[in-house]
Amino acid sequence: MKVMAQMAMVMNLDKCIGCHTCSVTCKQAWTNRTGTEYVWFNNVETRPGQGYPRTYEDQERWQGGWTLNKRGRLQLKAGGRLKNLATIFASPKQPSIDDYYEPWTYDYENLTSAPLQEHTPVARPQSLLSGEPMSIRWSANWDDDLAGGPELAPSDPVLAKISEQIKLEFEQTFMFYLPRICEHCLNPSCAASCPSGAIYKRTEDGIVLVDQDRCRGWRKCITGCPYKKVYFNHRTGKAEKCTFCFPRIEVGLPTVCSETCVGRLRYLGLVLYDADRVLEAASVTDEKELLDAQRRVLLDPNDPAVVAAAEAEGIPRDWIEAAQRSPVWKLISTYRVALPLHPEYRTMPMVWYIPPLSPVVDAVAKTGEDGEDRRNLFAAIDALRIPVEYLAELFTAGDTAPVTDVLRKLAAMRSYMRDLAMGRDGDASIPESVGMSEHTMREMYRLLAIAKYEERYVIPAAHAEQAHGLEELATECSLDYEGGPGMGGSGPFGEGSGPGFASPIAVENFHVLQARQTSGTVADPATRKAKVNLLNWDGKGAPEGLFPPAAGEEDES
Amino acid sequence: MSTLLWVVYPYVCLAVFVLGHVWRYRYDQFGWTTRSSQLYERRLLRWASPMFHVGILAVFLGHVMGLGVPESWTRAVGMSEEVYHALAISIGTIAGVCTVLGMILLIYRRRTVGPVFSATTRMDKAMYLVLAVVIVLGMWNTIAGSILNLGGAYDYREGVSVWFRGIFRFDLHPELMVDAPLGFQLHGLVAMFLFALWPFTRLVHVFSVPLGYLVRPYVVYRARDQRLGSRAPRRGWERVDARR
Ligand code: SF4
Ligand code: SF4
Repeated sequence: MKVMAQMAMVMNLDKCIGCHTCSVTCKQAWTNRTGTEYVWFNNVETRPGQGYPRTYEDQERWQGGWTLNKRGRLQLKAGGRLKNLATIFASPKQPSIDDYYEPWTYDYENLTSAPLQEHTPVARPQSLLSGEPMSIRWSANWDDDLAGGPELAPSDPVLAKISEQIKLEFEQTFMFYLPRICEHCLNPSCAASCPSGAIYKRTEDGIVLVDQDRCRGWRKCITGCPYKKVYFNHRTGKAEKCTFCFPRIEVGLPTVCSETCVGRLRYLGLVLYDADRVLEAASVTDEKELLDAQRRVLLDPNDPAVVAAAEAEGIPRDWIEAAQRSPVWKLISTYRVALPLHPEYRTMPMVWYIPPLSPVVDAVAKTGEDGEDRRNLFAAIDALRIPVEYLAELFTAGDTAPVTDVLRKLAAMRSYMRDLAMGRDGDASIPESVGMSEHTMREMYRLLAIAKYEERYVIPAAHAEQAHGLEELATECSLDYEGGPGMGGSGPFGEGSGPGFASPIAVENFHVLQARQTSGTVADPATRKAKVNLLNWDGKGAPEGLFPPAAGEEDES
Repeated sequence: MSTLLWVVYPYVCLAVFVLGHVWRYRYDQFGWTTRSSQLYERRLLRWASPMFHVGILAVFLGHVMGLGVPESWTRAVGMSEEVYHALAISIGTIAGVCTVLGMILLIYRRRTVGPVFSATTRMDKAMYLVLAVVIVLGMWNTIAGSILNLGGAYDYREGVSVWFRGIFRFDLHPELMVDAPLGFQLHGLVAMFLFALWPFTRLVHVFSVPLGYLVRPYVVYRARDQRLGSRAPRRGWERVDARR
């Protein structure tokens, strides 16, 4: 047994209101640079829907993740190592920008500089790639809230998998949101596809990172990741991915997406796992057993044998204690309500989801019945095949039993707690019917519904003796490095080359922000220094030429 | 004059080549990349890029054979002049045609696909120009010199190759190059210039051929950086590891 610690996340989908705050704050923190306009480390998809990039879940097409070869051994779906190297000159399965969207900004200048004319001047969209005027056809969230309308539904790869002929008729429609970040997999196929070995999993907390100095732009990881959560920075020519906000995690702060989540639905905590069993668990033959295999890889942090083994591996005491209090471990293994996203990709993803009960509740409520009554809900879970099968395709490789199980627990919690809220005695038979005690049910309710900040996020800080140098504490001046603040613009070899460049894993620093907001051009790619991107201009500072000069100020600047 | 062109100039270029790489590798890890443009455009690249790369690799091997291996060696293994010549020309022409076609497609793509063009740096343009000239001159030498025999037969293996190997023995004979046909001379000169340019272009990715991938374990584990935060400490302020 080789115990390792992993920082993991659980999202409670019932609470997601699809506000995209997480995406926006993440973007502002990490990917508001030129070259990453189309990069969304965090995105929120409307399901049913195509996802981002479009149809990324169709692995027959994109060849992401792992598969079992003829001898039953685990192998990258895109092919073995030799094939991987042989296709290095033109990666055959890499999505192109059309599968994401062409980023754009608007020609705002026209609003102020247009001559007097009959019609109001307009700000035309301008491509951020070529600088040419363009027509907008798609974006990161073009199908937001459309939930598989007749034109879009057929292209949802998950819907396509559900066996029976589906006509999404009005009374069958359902919709929920699926926020996604990198899964920080236990068996990351992105890392396995990287020819340079630049993508690594940190031994301390399992966060998967791209070493920007080692990446050579072979872009194999983009094909390798089945969740398409590695992006290619088209300006620097390097791969970038979600960092799990490691500078924040290291000092005990939750990730930006969790911290700002409006629904407060994200949980962060450690899980301990047995690194020796990962490969074996990822190689089980039957896809439907992957969920259980993955659950079994996680170790019970309260088991003395596990604690002893963890200490032998050098995991600090406070980390083990944090693992024991971890909300993630509780949701996955104690209450067993969290499920991994697409376990059939065999990467052992570590962002887990509590499937939403709301489609079921909505369906019951629509019939005029009591949507909080356990019997009605249980009956509906069994009767409403489409949402349940859809959820099963997402979370359990198509096995409906575990999904039904979770939904019943959530339904039971709902009706049990309603009794309490109405001042009635709790009905002990309700928790019993889903195999839980009254006490556990109340605990689960507390974690899911009350969701106190310090219960949602149990993040052991990295070691205090190192703390002063960590990114987010910044007791050392952040501009205080060799070569001075040589930021903003590009070196002689393209965007961001040269020694003064703090690698873009760092939160956008003061100088870039300033350069971006005060640059006069509208991200004109011809001048390689352009940084203004009005698409994500945050309203602070005014790019030159955005507003006409105030009276008497003409001479300035 | 001939000493300048065929002794001093090559050594200067090669020195820039070597030192330039060392310098850039230390100075600019972050800029060391292929700068792939596949994200912008895929259809043309799918054909052009493998064609060009495979072609140029074959051309490179051909040069190793032609320039690096003395005539006496091939004769020693029993390969007659004619056989060698036929082999070199046939394989060389195929590889050359692949390279040139791939290159034309790639340059066409770079010029016509908007996003690709606007992602092209000035350095890229210079590099493309020099590279294209080298390749075209090389192709011309093969076609005009060896196939059509314009201007009489010239056996580069007794001329250019001997001169070239002299580089590594520090024993250069400029007269060998002066006697070579103009095409060969130009090809050599521009190629040397390309070598000098090399470390400052995206061509550096050639030296990152990831062969280690074939033998390393799939998933790389790494401890958190000893270097804390994401920037190097100021000189003189590095951390001392007191535990060791
Ligand atoms: S989800 Fe993240 S860790 Fe997993 S394969 Fe994709 S990029 Fe790698
Ligand atoms: S911020 Fe929270 S509630 Fe809003 S979309 Fe993101 S995950 Fe959903």
